[in-house]
Amino acid sequence: MSAARTRRGMIGLALAIPVVLVALLGPYAAPKSPTAFVGAPFAPHNSDALLGMDGLGRDALSRVLWGGREILALATLATVIGIAVGTALGVTAGYVRGGVDEGIMRTLDVALAFPQIILALLLVSIVGPKLWLVCLAVAAIHAPQVARVARAATLRTAELDFVKYADAFGIPRRRVMAGEIAPNIISPLMVETGLRLTYSIAIIASLSFLGFGLQPPAADWGLMVNENRIGIQQNPWPVVAPILLIAIITVGVNMFSDAVARSALGIEAPIGPAGLLGTDDAPAPGEEAVGEAGAV
Amino acid sequence: MTIEPTMDDQEGGGAAARLRQNFIFRTIVRRLLLGVLTLFLVSIVVFAATQLLPGDAARAVLGRDATPDRLAAFRREFHLNQSAVQQYWAWLSGLLQGRPGTSLANGLPVWLLVEPRVVNSFYLLVVVGIVGVPLSMGLGIWAALRRDRWFDHTTSTVTLAAAALPEFVVAIALIILFATVVFQALPPVSLVPPGTSVWSDPDVLVLPVATLTIVVVPYIYRMARGTMIEVLESEYIEMARLKGTPRRELLLRHALPNALAPTIQAIALTFAYLAGGVVVVEYVFGYPGIGQGLVNAVNARDLPTIQFIVLLLAGFYVLVNIVADVVAIMVTPRLRTASWQRT
Repeated sequence: MSAARTRRGMIGLALAIPVVLVALLGPYAAPKSPTAFVGAPFAPHNSDALLGMDGLGRDALSRVLWGGREILALATLATVIGIAVGTALGVTAGYVRGGVDEGIMRTLDVALAFPQIILALLLVSIVGPKLWLVCLAVAAIHAPQVARVARAATLRTAELDFVKYADAFGIPRRRVMAGEIAPNIISPLMVETGLRLTYSIAIIASLSFLGFGLQPPAADWGLMVNENRIGIQQNPWPVVAPILLIAIITVGVNMFSDAVARSALGIEAPIGPAGLLGTDDAPAPGEEAVGEAGAV
Repeated sequence: MTIEPTMDDQEGGGAAARLRQNFIFRTIVRRLLLGVLTLFLVSIVVFAATQLLPGDAARAVLGRDATPDRLAAFRREFHLNQSAVQQYWAWLSGLLQGRPGTSLANGLPVWLLVEPRVVNSFYLLVVVGIVGVPLSMGLGIWAALRRDRWFDHTTSTVTLAAAALPEFVVAIALIILFATVVFQALPPVSLVPPGTSVWSDPDVLVLPVATLTIVVVPYIYRMARGTMIEVLESEYIEMARLKGTPRRELLLRHALPNALAPTIQAIALTFAYLAGGVVVVEYVFGYPGIGQGLVNAVNARDLPTIQFIVLLLAGFYVLVNIVADVVAIMVTPRLRTASWQRT
């Protein structure tokens, strides 16, 4: 992928990949059990325990090594579901048009009227902190935004001659959408995937920080930060290590997706709350201004 | 929403102005009506979500060891022996009459719990606005003027990184740096005794404000920088420059006003986003605002409070989005005229 060859893309990958490796391979490298009580609460680091103990006297390093897997797995899954559902809705709305389009997009407007994390909290408050629910809630946050992007791209693609030919030949709509339109809206969707992954990691880590993700005694980066922040004076490592890892991976993924956006589309990716909000089908007046003519 | 061209540029000045005003007015009214409709649908969703509770809602909420008295009180409170439509109507009409119900956590009226929190969160957002908006706009405009120099590159990279960080990571990092491990200059927890104003000890505001500022700066910065660059490269600025307009006048009179509109919209959208952002930040600092109230209510499964706060935040979100759209229409000349149409 060309984005990986840009400077920003390389920095992004260099940041994100080590964290992914820590999360995936960490459990195999953990020196102790993540749930065994092996020392005094908040005991500082020593040669036996590099990051010291957490608030219950468990080995902080082992918990850090165990604590990233679920966050990354849930974030990836939530992103995939969000992108898939959003694309299906957006392509259908943009290709079929008419009442279907109106129906889908106005329904999604209601979903967009919730501040993103509030929607997740509302669902969690009713069903309880279940992992599948967190995953679906985050996917549900993404789907409307993805649908808008997919719809806008579909509207452009549906005007092209090969789609009109396919229509004229009487090829079933479903096959036109899957065979003609979907392959041609891949690049905006890739940019969207990068952004959504960044947000997924951020939202899921935030939810588990708030106590609505994995439940104790499981090891989880977000949960660890909240469990151990009262002992930050005695032993800061059970807090510092997880927030560093979360910071590095979110920044890395965001930089990489920014590089993807620049090289794939020749424009700058919307960053920050823009992607979360996306209140309009069309680019906001000025969003096009953010796009710089010269891609990296 | 599509904005159709409704006026003809060729018409006489007075008539055109009237038509334009008329058009703006109608657009705003339509946007407001859409907003009310959205809020109505949101209220249905919030209410329907509570209907998803499996089995006996009263028992699910109150737990296994609930006394029959409390179960009966709960069923009365939520009109559980009536149909869903009747229940919804009872809830909604209560809301519209300013009676959002009684908290399950302590039996007090929900509004009594929520009101001081709304005030505290409002102060927080106002201070973030006063600090964050000029800061991000200043950085963005300066970066545009110094395009591709080191200042531009540094701020662009730093804001790109900051945009990705979850709020609690920024908050905890600030706590480590300024309130606990490195320096102990500021309170790590924003303790505000009930009944006192946050202003009686403004120190408690510093870290929450700093966190939210770091969260809002990147997007406004991006927008300010991007639009300013676009304006500076436009033909009319080039024209003014060729005419020998002094640099100061060029920037203040010609460039800035035109770069402002999209930035104002970005600011409004950022504040809408904060409706969610305050939840985590207030929780981290124990700041007694509406976001912390929501987390507490969720932990206590205090449904009436959850419903009310979610509706309140969604209302704020919808309102700020409307303001963003209306402001964008009012301050951007090309949005007011016939030549512009959304694709």
